[in-house]
Amino acid sequence: MDRKTYKRYAAARAKKSPSIVNCPRAFLVGGAICAFAQLLRDLYGLLGWEAKTVGMMTSATLIFLAVLLTGLGVFDKIAAFAGAGTLVPITGFANAVASPAIDARTEGFVLGVGAKIFTVAGPVILYGIGTGVLYGIVYATLRAAGIGG
Amino acid sequence: MGENKRLRIAVPGKRVRVIASGSVAGREERRGPLGDTFDFHDAGDDRFGMPTWERAESEMQRLAMQAALKGAILDDGDLDYLLAGDLMNQCVGSNYGLLSFGVPYIGLYGACSTMAEGMLLGALLCGSTARRCGVATSSHNCTAERQFRFPVEYGGQRPPTAQWTATAAGAVILSSVPEDVDRLHGSFEISVSETLAGEAIDAGITDMGNMGAAMAPAAADTLERYFHESGREPASFDLIVTGDLGAEGSGILCDLLAVHGFDVAPRHTDCGLLLYDRERQDKHAGGSGCGCSAVVMASHVLRNMAEGVYRDVLFVGTGALMSPLTVQQGRSIPGIGHLVHLEAQRRPKGEIQ
Repeated sequence: MDRKTYKRYAAARAKKSPSIVNCPRAFLVGGAICAFAQLLRDLYGLLGWEAKTVGMMTSATLIFLAVLLTGLGVFDKIAAFAGAGTLVPITGFANAVASPAIDARTEGFVLGVGAKIFTVAGPVILYGIGTGVLYGIVYATLRAAGIGG
Repeated sequence: MGENKRLRIAVPGKRVRVIASGSVAGREERRGPLGDTFDFHDAGDDRFGMPTWERAESEMQRLAMQAALKGAILDDGDLDYLLAGDLMNQCVGSNYGLLSFGVPYIGLYGACSTMAEGMLLGALLCGSTARRCGVATSSHNCTAERQFRFPVEYGGQRPPTAQWTATAAGAVILSSVPEDVDRLHGSFEISVSETLAGEAIDAGITDMGNMGAAMAPAAADTLERYFHESGREPASFDLIVTGDLGAEGSGILCDLLAVHGFDVAPRHTDCGLLLYDRERQDKHAGGSGCGCSAVVMASHVLRNMAEGVYRDVLFVGTGALMSPLTVQQGRSIPGIGHLVHLEAQRRPKGEIQ
């Protein structure tokens, strides 16, 4: 069997990830996280904070909880069940930053945590900021040309 | 695979016995079907009393070698060589783990095939000038996750073809000293009768989540060469055990060999399939890692051989010879399979203590 045939054969027999099970799980867990966040938002709203502060505190609470669960060694178990359900909300990003930091702790705070904290989230940060800058330039140019608001 | 007429099966120059073994496992492995057969386990957090995962793995390898030495009532001064390896960069698990033994040390890297590689070399060394060799390998799920995949606590889903790096270590002691037969406990003595080193084969697989498919062609190649050269049939063995192809690679191996007229399926099993209850423990395609085949060999396989349950066993250690860097650079994953032929013979009644 030549390499091409073998690759095709191996890919064909490999069991695919069961989307039919994973998608509803992601939907339920992801939805539950968002519903919980909405509840927090409403509660914080009752404290009489400004809308901006309420939004920020809601995100901060979710980040805190995700990092706490990561530290307790529970988050990865929930994520193995939920998949995109925990990955897509801000909880996934928090876990992606906290988990390398925990791992790298044994190599010290500078070359360990400092250097490795963004090994997973780094691409999101780099290209997220990069896209933001690009969008800003386009927006500013269009405005200067008198197009759009 | 060209038409190579050169004979490759190597027979040790003297009788080389497997006189003792030691096995160490983590919590998940302890919960598996072979859980009761290990010499040591860490019921807690898999740290084996150490502050880092890396040191925990070294400690596991030390414990495994110590258990093997104890089983044979030997101390480190009785060994001529230590052959050992693991998955960590620069093989630090073995380098540090065996530091305290004060025995000439040969570090090996064959990925998950390292146990077979070590037994193969140890048998040939004992077959020439060495009296006794210790062979040990280890892997730790947390050191491997960090190095090859994602941080330990990172939350993600794994594909069904992915294997789980075992937290385990195994050690065996090989001896060409005839009197060492008195050190055996079982009613059968186990010898390494033949070895066949594998060829690295790149079958073109680029998916790190399907190592079984990357390694199976190499295991099939080694077994096929062995059957051709020895003239023996798969059915004439009690057990053909690979380590670790997992469910996916095992299926491919049986398929590939069947195409060439060798039906290994009735005799075949895989260390990665034996170590865990895949369904209950959510281990996808099964176990992997240098420690997986080592611990299964050092407990389940050798124990059953010492009791005569299996008498004629082919052990093919299989490894994926890549690094995360080469995979990211788009190179495909070469596999390798080293074969060790083990035979158990009943000891004369008077000899058994």
